[in-house]
Amino acid sequence: MAQRPSPQARAAQWLLLLAVAAVGWFLASIAAANLDRRHMAVGFGFLADHANFDIPFHLIAWNVGDTYLRALLVCTLNTLLVSVMAIVAATLLGLLVGVMRLSTNWLVRNIALAFIELVRNTPQLIQIVFWYIAVLQTLPSPRRSIVLPPGVLLNIRGLYLPNPVFGGHAVGLATVAAVALFATPLAWRLTVAGRPAGARALLLPALAALLVLAGIDHVEWPAMQGFNIAGGIQVPPELVALWAGLSIYGAAFIAEIVRGAIVAVPKGQPEAALSLGLRPGQVLSKVVLPQAVRVMVPPLTSQYLNLIKSSSLGAAVAYPELFQIFAGTVLNQSGRELESIVILMVIFLAINLTVSALMNWYNRHVALVER
Amino acid sequence: MRHAIRAAAIGALAVGLFGLAAPAARAEVKSATLDAVKQRGQLICGIDTGIPGYAYQDTAGEWQGLDVAYCRAIADAVLGSPTKVKFIGTTSKVRFSVLASGEIDVLIRDSEYSFHRNTEMGLDEPAVNFFTGQTFMVRKSLGVQHLKELTGATICVLTGTTLETNIADYNRTNNVKIGTLLFDKPEEAFAAADSGRCDGYTDDGGSVAAARSTMKKPDDWMFVPETIGGLQPLGSFTRQGDEAWTRLVKWVHYAMLEAEVLGITKANAEQMAKDPKDPDIRRYFGLEGDFGKALGVDNGWSGRIVKDIGSYGEVYDATFGGNGGLGLPRGMNNLADKGGLQTLPTWH
Repeated sequence: MAQRPSPQARAAQWLLLLAVAAVGWFLASIAAANLDRRHMAVGFGFLADHANFDIPFHLIAWNVGDTYLRALLVCTLNTLLVSVMAIVAATLLGLLVGVMRLSTNWLVRNIALAFIELVRNTPQLIQIVFWYIAVLQTLPSPRRSIVLPPGVLLNIRGLYLPNPVFGGHAVGLATVAAVALFATPLAWRLTVAGRPAGARALLLPALAALLVLAGIDHVEWPAMQGFNIAGGIQVPPELVALWAGLSIYGAAFIAEIVRGAIVAVPKGQPEAALSLGLRPGQVLSKVVLPQAVRVMVPPLTSQYLNLIKSSSLGAAVAYPELFQIFAGTVLNQSGRELESIVILMVIFLAINLTVSALMNWYNRHVALVER
Repeated sequence: MRHAIRAAAIGALAVGLFGLAAPAARAEVKSATLDAVKQRGQLICGIDTGIPGYAYQDTAGEWQGLDVAYCRAIADAVLGSPTKVKFIGTTSKVRFSVLASGEIDVLIRDSEYSFHRNTEMGLDEPAVNFFTGQTFMVRKSLGVQHLKELTGATICVLTGTTLETNIADYNRTNNVKIGTLLFDKPEEAFAAADSGRCDGYTDDGGSVAAARSTMKKPDDWMFVPETIGGLQPLGSFTRQGDEAWTRLVKWVHYAMLEAEVLGITKANAEQMAKDPKDPDIRRYFGLEGDFGKALGVDNGWSGRIVKDIGSYGEVYDATFGGNGGLGLPRGMNNLADKGGLQTLPTWH
């Protein structure tokens, strides 16, 4: 139980709060006066106006002439896509490198060290541009695409995957598949005739996968047509470059967090586990990592938040994310500088607060319960 | 009260009459800027900080380019030497304030003529030296002759400009689909176009020509003949309130056009100046008439320009055109009788 603050301390806190409020009000009134003098009306009504530009990469349908609001949605999804992809990849790679860093094998340990030092000590923007220009732009032209089985095309314009086109019956099948997926964790804990279902519950996701496959009507294969590859799902190199840049940079920091967390687990723990006869792999996965996770989560959260904010570097490699579209094109076309920037800040804030909340929930979930 | 009004009216009339009488009695040209340049013995000319075609430094460190040639021509007309120029590189943000503050005598910096600049900013727009419009550059191997054939292609473009809107408008009007890839900075956009990530690059005509000169193999690239997004006239700016100086800047431009009309070039100027029969050529070389005095310079000014710098056509070919330039077709910048937009008053 924290000690109750003294009356003086209480008064000081109130005074501070008042001072902060006064400064805030002062700044807001200056801004309002300046806007008034320039006859700038602040309003978000422009979001309903038609946006007269193209967004090269979009997850949901986008046509020139749709509203700014839809443009906002399109580029928010683009930002979320690359952020989620990068968080997953950075975590997995960071975990691997962090564990490698503590390996008893000299080569493995030093490869991890070299990777971390190289990546951590060079600017992230340069790394992203490097992946884009030096690596991905050396790929062949669409006419000389690299063909990977079973019909995947790789060229300078991106990676083209076959596009499964679902038939009318797919909706019903997908519903059943979704139910099967939801039931999986429940089935995992089920005991049938006194025996735990365990891994046998994995039959359910397998069934779901089969159902989804059964829903495919035909497959649209990518093929050269005119200037570009037509058909199929295009993964643009801009996305890959940004993804690689964010993931690898994030992984280097996460690796250090992982290493620190593992070192923080008392030495007695792995020693005891070894003496009980567990194999080194088991020691890591069953004894060390579960305890290290508790130490990892708070620094990992701020790393994720950094990564999401860094996704705005995509503007340098033509990836149409929030910053590029809203602080570039929309700001210029609508002339709504203030509103565009406010919208950007609010959205990034919302995304990051959500991630923060999720991570805090997870942190409480894994934290030691003090009794 | 009534007396006061009458007195004011008479006064105003008197001033008006005097004003009307003044041009008839004009004996010599009064221009603060011209006097300052003559006294200084040097023209101070505001140019771009460096862009191929308009203003750039060659390997010897000498300034070259279309805008630079105009600076040299003005210096040649006023001071008798094309080298008596001090070049001041100006960024797009400061260019007009540098001119308005009097730091430079004239601004010739690939700047577009506009209503706002001519009115509120207090600048005169004497002569368009470059007409342009949004231009597309594509690989020759694509065999594109018309913009509509670019449907399905991807074009690299800089974001935050009117270029994106122009493409969207063109797509909607012509029911085609020219894709775009939006870059923040020209360097990455050039690299993406060069490596083949995009089928082409677009910007205003002069900048596209500059972009082409940075490609690994500029000869592999061609300009699509059409432009979109309307006409952009670029030219020189002077301060308002010095009409004589503005007039001189304007007629330096006409002198370069007149040389082309008369078929005078840098190479044949010496020959043609030797007792020509054609009265137009005689007037041009100052052998007849008084075409320098009215501008506040000597009568040999136009002849010097063509001898030292060349005609407009020659300068264009050497900077933007095919003769050592960026390979941009003459197009809109041709003389009006050859299908372009460049016109000039008669030389009488």
